[in-house]
Amino acid sequence: MRMGRRIAATLKRTAVHAGPTVLGIIVLDFLFLQLMPGNAADVMATEAGSATEETVAALRHQFGIDQPVLTQLLNFLGHLAHLDLGFSPRFNTSVADLIMARLPNTLLLMVTALALALVLGIVFGAVMAAWAGRWPDRVLSVIVLLFYSMPGFWVGLMAVVLFSVKLGWLPSDGNETIGADLTGFAMVSDRLAHLVLPALALASFFVAVYARLTRAAMLEVQRQDFMRTAKAKGLHPLLIQLRHALRNALVPVTTVAGMHLGNLLGGAVVVETLFGWPGMGRLTLEAVLGRDYAVLLGVLLLSSFVVIVANVLIDLLHAWLDPRIGSA
Amino acid sequence: MPLLSVDGLSVAFPGHAAVREASFSLAAGETLALVGESGCGKSVTAFSVMRLLPPNARVVSGRILLEGADLLALSESEMREVRGAQVSLIQQEPMTSLNPVLSIGLQIAEVIRRHEKLSRKAARARAVELLDLVSIPDAHRRIDDYPHNLSGGMRQRVMIAMAVACRPKLLIADEPTTALDVTTQAQVLDLLDDLRHRLGMAVLLITHDLGVVAQWADRIAVMYAGRIVEQAGIEPFFAAPLHPYSRGLLGARVDVDADEHYSTHRLTEIPGNVGSAAGQAGCSFAPRCPVAQPACRQAVPPLVGLGDERAVACPVTVSSHSSPLLGGEAR
Amino acid sequence: MSVQAEQPVVVPARTDTSGRAASRRRRRLRAFLRNPTFIAGAGILAVFVLLALFAGLLFPGDPQDMVGQPLLWPGQDAEFPLGTDSLGRDVLAQLVYGTRASLLVGVASAAIGLAIGMAVGSLAGFFGGWVDTVLTRLIELFQTTPTFILVIVIVAIAEPSMPMIALAIGLASWPTVARLVRAQFRSLRESDFVMAARSLGYSRLRIIVQEILPNALPPVIVAASVMIANAILTEAGLSFLNMRDPNVVSWGGMIGDGRDQLRTAWFLTALPGATIALAVLSLNLVGDGLNEILNPRTEP
Repeated sequence: MRMGRRIAATLKRTAVHAGPTVLGIIVLDFLFLQLMPGNAADVMATEAGSATEETVAALRHQFGIDQPVLTQLLNFLGHLAHLDLGFSPRFNTSVADLIMARLPNTLLLMVTALALALVLGIVFGAVMAAWAGRWPDRVLSVIVLLFYSMPGFWVGLMAVVLFSVKLGWLPSDGNETIGADLTGFAMVSDRLAHLVLPALALASFFVAVYARLTRAAMLEVQRQDFMRTAKAKGLHPLLIQLRHALRNALVPVTTVAGMHLGNLLGGAVVVETLFGWPGMGRLTLEAVLGRDYAVLLGVLLLSSFVVIVANVLIDLLHAWLDPRIGSA
Repeated sequence: MPLLSVDGLSVAFPGHAAVREASFSLAAGETLALVGESGCGKSVTAFSVMRLLPPNARVVSGRILLEGADLLALSESEMREVRGAQVSLIQQEPMTSLNPVLSIGLQIAEVIRRHEKLSRKAARARAVELLDLVSIPDAHRRIDDYPHNLSGGMRQRVMIAMAVACRPKLLIADEPTTALDVTTQAQVLDLLDDLRHRLGMAVLLITHDLGVVAQWADRIAVMYAGRIVEQAGIEPFFAAPLHPYSRGLLGARVDVDADEHYSTHRLTEIPGNVGSAAGQAGCSFAPRCPVAQPACRQAVPPLVGLGDERAVACPVTVSSHSSPLLGGEAR
Repeated sequence: MSVQAEQPVVVPARTDTSGRAASRRRRRLRAFLRNPTFIAGAGILAVFVLLALFAGLLFPGDPQDMVGQPLLWPGQDAEFPLGTDSLGRDVLAQLVYGTRASLLVGVASAAIGLAIGMAVGSLAGFFGGWVDTVLTRLIELFQTTPTFILVIVIVAIAEPSMPMIALAIGLASWPTVARLVRAQFRSLRESDFVMAARSLGYSRLRIIVQEILPNALPPVIVAASVMIANAILTEAGLSFLNMRDPNVVSWGGMIGDGRDQLRTAWFLTALPGATIALAVLSLNLVGDGLNEILNPRTEP
């Protein structure tokens, strides 16, 4: 009952917050893309080698980019209301279809990397805090600081050298073995094998972020009065750390995890390009290079929506972890 | 045999002795008030009994006997059997001493399930009973509340429920009402006293508030700069405090009923402060003492028994104990 | 009219007598010198700064010129201690010149991000009310948009030149600082010395810039070193994706170029990446050290 009320309150608060943010993002992205020097019509005309005034004008009219900016924005908003993200001149399909085809792959990569980062980060952080100042802490601190400093894509490349080139254990390209036509368990394990290196590359930086944060939060919690209360009850130290300390320490960790979701999705662009992962991130780069702003606008919007939705989930997790949130 | 007997306890932090040669004992069912200014070592003494000192503190010497068994000699896991079951703790700050992210029901039930073989359901039922016992209205509904739903007084009641859950023999209450307003203070202390009688617990009450001591304690031990300087029964103590520091304390005391904020300016009328005692030879109180003599600065005065459970660590007082006029000269 | 004459003279709390300020500065300096984390970070960073300054002296000539046999491994030829790439360019020379691009982009973009973030954060935190509501929404807006994709879009709009890359990273990185400064201002605006300054009739601008900002700085200084570090990482990612100034050597670009030889000459990716890691590490060490010095309660 109480939990249900709190979840409802959290959802309401988030919705009130997210509405204007969504609208702001739409307008902001649209304005950015209006500043683009070249557009799809120009690029395609140039590539086709038939850059006459007439063909360009015809293409511009076909895509509706010869109209005033405000009209284009209103058109776009109108289409958005019908979940229509427009048509990609470059890929010759609807933007919504294009993105929806890529979205699941990106989500899979993102969720795997986030889960990996949270689990490893929290475990490392808790271990570091438990042995604070002694050798497990020192060793882990150095490792974590290194991962905090290395570019994720470079970690990925080095992992490719080790696990794909030298050892030949894991594939380094795409999200499945092309033409293998696997089914059932074989397919799942093939997909998983393809997922390992990209997810590790994407997660490496965030493992370090969460480990550092968890360590600091756990050490902070140790000083609290309720920790002495828990010890005064005769509870086992492990139980005290897991039930009393970690639960409190996770509150700031999840807050920061929410703030990093955008960065995680941004990091996916490089990692997806590097591993030939057919996701939204790689689509971003293709759209930029092809100056296909319908696609770019769609990707930007959708990735922002993904961040908003993920933030709602984090907020709910937060409300579950911290009963003070969402209660009047 | 006393329930608890602390014998020559010394506790040190790096570069600073917090408790020095403290000895006192506590009979079953009795309330002993440990009194002194903040920083005098009374909380450290209490935490030593539970062996919950901060990581940088160390017991240098002494014994802490609970029913004859030395707690300092127990292994950590043996000690965990004692904590919460035989000795339990109530802390000063009810706002921070409960875990904010766990329901009060869970926090009460976990100590029960730790020390008694009870099912989750039975432990929960016991927790409801305990909330009832500490007079929390609507206990069966309140049990799923989180600490932030409760007022300071209510939280301290929850702390008490948690502390008495396994019927400990000894309850250590570290300034249990300092953070509460005066009306709530009296209610909480009445509740503690009532439970003490009903459950037959001894209470080690740590406080700086002589009004609290006068009303709820059986005996008093006064601490100054890490040492116990006087021990006495409540009536003789308030009739005639012997140690010059105790006399100063009583002189500094404003009438309880007259001023609810008196605790904020409690000891200011004794010139100087505890800090001035650091690192000097002889009696720590000598620099602030109105009756100090040259001998007081030479050697630490021992706690001398005067019979009738009374002891004082002041040679000036001991030598003139026959003269009851001293109490009047203190100011 | 005579109000000024009647006002009591209140000295803001942070104004020290000069003697005490000097001794505090000395204590600060000793704290810096005694902090091994800070010293290690600052030492490595100093080496990079020197390399960036004297790259032209150490390696005269264009680092992008072909100078030797292609794909020499490190140690194979004493003339090229770290080997050559597929176009026969000296890897060591490129690494040294790359320091310039990374440090320039890092410092410039952090400066831009700090300027915007401090302006937005201090206005939101000082004024509160609707100003705060609007600016907080703006901060949220920029935090929701994936930073890296935003940078890519901005760089794609303009030419991928060094100033543009720095501007793009700066534009995308200010929200963190804004949040931090806003929180500091909210807690400091009610403090005694601000009240004193208000009662003296100081202008809002003066209160913001001279009274609150200096006291809000310590966490911002820590954030700045982390911002430079993150900017270097972002720049590396961008130039790895080939969104870079083609006339400037950059570490990320070297990784991108070397990637084609990943199977045969992996040192071409390993070396620039390790260099990035070392540079970012030095900044993170400086940040950690500063945090310990300026904010001593965080560590036991």
